[in-house]
Amino acid sequence: MKKKWRPYSFLTPYSFILPSLILLFVFNIYPIVQTIALSFMKIERGVFSFAGIDNYARLLSDKIFWKALFNSLIYLVIQVPIMTVLSFLLAVLLYKGIKHLKGIFRSIFFIPTVVEAVAYSLIFLLLFQDEGIVNYILSLVNIDAILWTKSPWPARILVMTVMTWRWTGYNMVMFLASCQSIPEDLFEAAKLDGANIWQISWNIIFPQVKPVVLFSVIMSTIGTLNLFSEPYLLTGGGPINSTMSLGLYVYRQAFSSFNTTYASTISIAIVIVVAVITRLQFLIGGKDEK
Amino acid sequence: MKNKKTGLKRVKFLTIIAYLFLTVIGLLCIYPLIFMYVSTTHKSADILSYPPPFFFGDHFFNNLISLYERVNINLAFFNSLKIALLVTFLNLFFCSLAGYSFAKYDFKHKGLLFTMVLITMMVPSFASIVPLYQMMVFAGIDNSHLAIVVPAMTGAFGIFLMRQNFLAIPSSIIESARVDGAGEWRIYFQVVLPLMVPALSALGVYIFMGQWANFLWPLIILSDESLFTLPVMLSRIKTDTRIDYGQIMIGASYTITPIIIVFFFLQKYFISGLTSGAVKE
Repeated sequence: MKKKWRPYSFLTPYSFILPSLILLFVFNIYPIVQTIALSFMKIERGVFSFAGIDNYARLLSDKIFWKALFNSLIYLVIQVPIMTVLSFLLAVLLYKGIKHLKGIFRSIFFIPTVVEAVAYSLIFLLLFQDEGIVNYILSLVNIDAILWTKSPWPARILVMTVMTWRWTGYNMVMFLASCQSIPEDLFEAAKLDGANIWQISWNIIFPQVKPVVLFSVIMSTIGTLNLFSEPYLLTGGGPINSTMSLGLYVYRQAFSSFNTTYASTISIAIVIVVAVITRLQFLIGGKDEK
Repeated sequence: MKNKKTGLKRVKFLTIIAYLFLTVIGLLCIYPLIFMYVSTTHKSADILSYPPPFFFGDHFFNNLISLYERVNINLAFFNSLKIALLVTFLNLFFCSLAGYSFAKYDFKHKGLLFTMVLITMMVPSFASIVPLYQMMVFAGIDNSHLAIVVPAMTGAFGIFLMRQNFLAIPSSIIESARVDGAGEWRIYFQVVLPLMVPALSALGVYIFMGQWANFLWPLIILSDESLFTLPVMLSRIKTDTRIDYGQIMIGASYTITPIIIVFFFLQKYFISGLTSGAVKE
């Protein structure tokens, strides 16, 4: 068989991907390998030497690490489900619940997505300060002022509130977009059968958006485990590390304590935890898809 | 007959509840921003008073002037803008070039190379941040904008997105351009790239937003105040000893206002860009 004629050099496709490949290799792949190497080293007076699994042994007995991991798991168990359900509810309401103002509601819900983390963290810090608007509204219904940034659970609720504010609209828009591909005659048939909005949501809309829900839960998981800006700006990880995140702990170890080797060990732990949890979510979320 | 009427009433009632619920959520979404704008017009002490102000005051220009006396926030704004625009255009070029190659050419080890690209997408940024910092110090470009722009010039997600979009372009267009004698670069720039404007816009918005909001890396790598980007400058104003909330809220509105204005004009691209990771078209 005659070889297909090509008017271009075999090098052309390589030259197109070469800049990106070099950049990704130098700034993504090489640093990861380096992080793994650093996680097995120690640094004394500026000199790196091999330390075996010392850092990992330290990690396993590090109370702050376990607390940071525990905090992330709390967000995963409480904040991610609340946000996902709320996003789904809003998407269903915009898709089938109402007839007017859909575009305006969608735009408004999406606005928090375009706001930058430092700015919204500072705004929420003011809203939730001891004599802020949130406590004022609580006082109207006779609830005593809550010291949001000074006690563990309120501080966690504050971080979760901010994350929910920031990401609900984003997830909603993704769910809404995947709703658009549902064939309209499914709804016609459901209406003829007398299905109500809950049955339609659960039996028609949910199966359709399920892959997107799984994707958004996984992205939220990764985001939660890498959380940095919110605890850094809202609470500084406190009080007593109750909002410390793994990301913030890496930053503290690397750039405040200058303990770069131990910071690398925590980084690797993040990668492992992310891999394990997302794998579990795939197993649970994708099990009935054949 | 009567039954149907009450059923209709029930539906109407539910519809009202739905609108009310959506309105409340909508208010919760935008109230923090309204609060920010209201606070830019008050003295710090008034913002901290109880209850806090709900309406606009008259202290805006005083806040603005005292902020200007303290930090060069306009410089931070232009630093942010410069970096974000540079990173966006470099990404559009490098990602589309690589995506085009992966989508429309056959070459050895294509699958392997593409898998390598995808793997870099799955690794969290914290996994590379310490060596990246050491690398920049070693190269002598820590504390510079170069250290922010260079590692961000391309990205696995952008390459992936571009590839997906190039796959949808019929190969016959490229073939016929070749028959007409066009070179490969010319085909890329003059034949296929113009077809990609919607995808490029979506990716552009995604990259620009990501870079505009980038906080961790500039915080680590920049130490001169004259080089600060807006988020770093904002966090510095906050950790300063003289905390003035009127000034801080003006600083916050510096990062938020331009994006919101652009959002209302380019909403379609914002939504397709920021959600393009999940929804296959």
